Amino acid sequence: MAQDILVPEVSDGVTEGTVISLAVAVGDRVEADQTLLEMETDKAVVAIPCPFEGTITEIMVAEGDTVQIGQAIMKGESGGAAAAPAKEEKKKPEETPPPAEPEPSEPEPALPPAPAAAPTPPASDAPVDKALDLTPVRTGEQVAPAAPSVRRLARDLGVDIYQVQGTGPAGRISENDVRTFVKVTMQRITGGGPAPAATGEFPGLHAQRPLPDFSKWGPVSQEKLSKVRDITADAMSYAWSTIPMVTQYDKADISELEAFRREFNLKAAPEDKLTMTAILIKVCAAALKAFPQFNSSLDLAHKELVLKHYVHIGVAVDTPGGLLVPVIRDADQKGIEQLAVELNETAAKTRERRISPADMEGGTFTISNLGGIGGTAFTPIVYAPQVAILGVSRSATEPVWNGQEFAPRNMMPLSLTYDHRVIDGADGARFLRWICEAIRKPIHLVMKG
Amino acid sequence: MSEKTSIPTKAQLVVIGAGPGGYHAAFKAAALGLDVTIIDPEANPGGVCLHRGCIPSKALLHVAKVVNEAAESAEIGLTFTKPKIDVDRVREWKNEVVGKLTGGLGAKVKQQKLTYVRGLATFKNNSTLEVTADDGTTGEMTFEQAILATGSRPSMLPGVKTSGRIMNSTGALDLEDVPRTLLVIGGGYIGLELGSAYAAMGSKVSVVEMTGGLLPGCDRDLVSVLKRRLDKQFASIQLNTRVAELKEQKNGVMVSLEDKKGETTKQRFDKVLISIGRKPNTENLGLGNTAIVVNDRGFVEVDGQRRTAEKNIFAIGDIAGDPMLAHKAYGEADVAAEVAAGRKAIYEPRAIPAVVFTDPEIAWCGLTETEAKDQKIKVKTAKLPWRGNGRTLTLGREDGMTKLIVDPETDRLLGMAVAGPGAGELIAEGVLAMEMAVVAEDLRKTIHPHPTLSETIYDAAGSLFKA
Repeated sequence: MAQDILVPEVSDGVTEGTVISLAVAVGDRVEADQTLLEMETDKAVVAIPCPFEGTITEIMVAEGDTVQIGQAIMKGESGGAAAAPAKEEKKKPEETPPPAEPEPSEPEPALPPAPAAAPTPPASDAPVDKALDLTPVRTGEQVAPAAPSVRRLARDLGVDIYQVQGTGPAGRISENDVRTFVKVTMQRITGGGPAPAATGEFPGLHAQRPLPDFSKWGPVSQEKLSKVRDITADAMSYAWSTIPMVTQYDKADISELEAFRREFNLKAAPEDKLTMTAILIKVCAAALKAFPQFNSSLDLAHKELVLKHYVHIGVAVDTPGGLLVPVIRDADQKGIEQLAVELNETAAKTRERRISPADMEGGTFTISNLGGIGGTAFTPIVYAPQVAILGVSRSATEPVWNGQEFAPRNMMPLSLTYDHRVIDGADGARFLRWICEAIRKPIHLVMKG
Repeated sequence: MSEKTSIPTKAQLVVIGAGPGGYHAAFKAAALGLDVTIIDPEANPGGVCLHRGCIPSKALLHVAKVVNEAAESAEIGLTFTKPKIDVDRVREWKNEVVGKLTGGLGAKVKQQKLTYVRGLATFKNNSTLEVTADDGTTGEMTFEQAILATGSRPSMLPGVKTSGRIMNSTGALDLEDVPRTLLVIGGGYIGLELGSAYAAMGSKVSVVEMTGGLLPGCDRDLVSVLKRRLDKQFASIQLNTRVAELKEQKNGVMVSLEDKKGETTKQRFDKVLISIGRKPNTENLGLGNTAIVVNDRGFVEVDGQRRTAEKNIFAIGDIAGDPMLAHKAYGEADVAAEVAAGRKAIYEPRAIPAVVFTDPEIAWCGLTETEAKDQKIKVKTAKLPWRGNGRTLTLGREDGMTKLIVDPETDRLLGMAVAGPGAGELIAEGVLAMEMAVVAEDLRKTIHPHPTLSETIYDAAGSLFKA
């Protein structure tokens, strides 16, 4: 039986992706779940599996094409007999022709986002100054069921009227329907908080000022932002411009812990190697149980603090494609050995970009360890809608006064940035001290945790 | 001519062609604050519509209406003597009407401080025009934005030229005389309107149409309302008939007509009117010096804002595609002027009305039943004959029909058509209803004045419901 193969849902909030490689050709026999193509989404590279066993008869996309969730990408014959490839079938245009303006990327970042709200129609992100998108222009009976004045209102507000659900007789769209659409969309983008200052900016970011002509001063070239970079830029801008942040610095004495770690690793298999980050995940998980406001999100619209009864810790991983933050789930309920194994595996998967978007969602706190590279301290940026992030720098042996003399101790610099709307300075200092103490004397973990 | 035309060297917005599209765009753009220059070969704005199209033809059709009504009044107890038609006075009156309207526009150009250059323009590139004024002065004009609105002209049969006896619509409207016999080639709206006018003034009018019916594209049930009356007014209507040859002779034009079976008959007419369609004026404009794309039918390709491939040049009206109607040009003119002034306008009419000003008039908008059938769109129709309408009978008429075409599931109005006296006025309600996306319930809940022809719309909507 001939059937269309559609792009399946890959993750909440992912609406489209770019085909980066085709794994099959027309006429190929495929098995159920065999990978047909790989698609790069906002969040990761996803393999699209074949939904049936059979033969591929037509491929409607090429590498580099942008495809929408639900779009038909291939046709196939399921079952045993190989079908004649590519019958007299009208070739679909490369892009599906939804009347919509270019699908806006979700305002949520590539890093673990807040669970997306129920799917609502995507918002227009066409800046005011940009030429009006004429793809939805229709005439005759194709025109949206709305009075000309309502259509104009939609245009002025940058709303694609074909996405507005009319509430009038037979779906007629009223002025109010357009306003409601805008309201719902804005709430979705801003989480109910204050709206971005104006359109003409990418979501969550203040409008970019016009750039000078750099070529006046020497040769330049342009490089397209990768999806990860684009989304990181947006997420960081949003966090930086909306969260009043404070960074608290401290140092943890890891002398004994480091000695233990080295000893442990002498006997451990490579995949079981214990890293300082794995230990920190456990320590932070315990700290988050002790200071629940650090494991929360701020809901300004409802004037509520959302406290999470789970501890999922994101770990920043440096990959060739940019920074990604996979999430270690339920860190408070796992032992350090298990965390170490899981972290090693996850980090390797992330570097190879085999991580699924879902594995990067739902984090409640983030650790960014730059100790392997160096540096004495830095100010990490809170990853909204989380409220705190721990930065780790390179440890060094320092003279520490023990009451009688200076003793050489292995000290690890920690930088805790927190959302000052949620966390007071004293609590920030207490939280970080708690972590330092737990590292110095891990017995605390058991005593308090 | 005392002084040479001064051709401005620069224009913020130049409008080429001052027909309905051009002058409407020019006034709109000026009202939006742009500095506007108009270039047109006529002394005053108006284009084909005012000078030799809609307006003069309606003047002649008014004459026809008075003649016909007087003749038909015997039926209701009024007898007039046979009218004496003073052709010179009719022509003069028609010219007065045209003069008043075009003169009014000319005055408005001055009053609103638009620059009007009487002459022709061709593009040197996408920002420069070569302008030739009608007194021979030439000059170059650079512009920031341009709106092309050069309109259309009557198509001719291949190898045939207009002459004293072979006319196109322009010649027919000049009303040199009322010929004893007139052959109208082409059963479209122009041929039927002008044929009706000449028939009322005393010509024996014959119509030949190549296709199987009059008014190609119009629903047959409407055409049949009109044809019943035209059969009485015209000497003959020959369908599926082709003109094989036109030979001008001393005392007439010898015409060879070939019917569907290939049989040829010869007939002599005093005059012949060729009304086989119109062609967009896109030649001789230097469009080749720009990136503007002209398609194989001669229309300029435009986007949803009526921009051509040159982003600063718009094209509107007849040159921008079918239907070639003045009111469609107005709609496009509004959009082009607004966009030129920086507004976010889009040309997206839900319906463009078409009106044939014969007696009875035929008017429609939106989807037709023919289109619905061709495109396999499911529709529900309500057809209301006017026989039961009070106003129709008091006008001494019985013919007429109002038709609503609605979506069978939602009752949303998809199209409306009217045949009968005043159909052209009635259709405006249908166009508004279409734009407002009304459903049948809206129409039957709208109180219509009694006794009027508009009640047929109300009644037609009501007939879509069981109760």
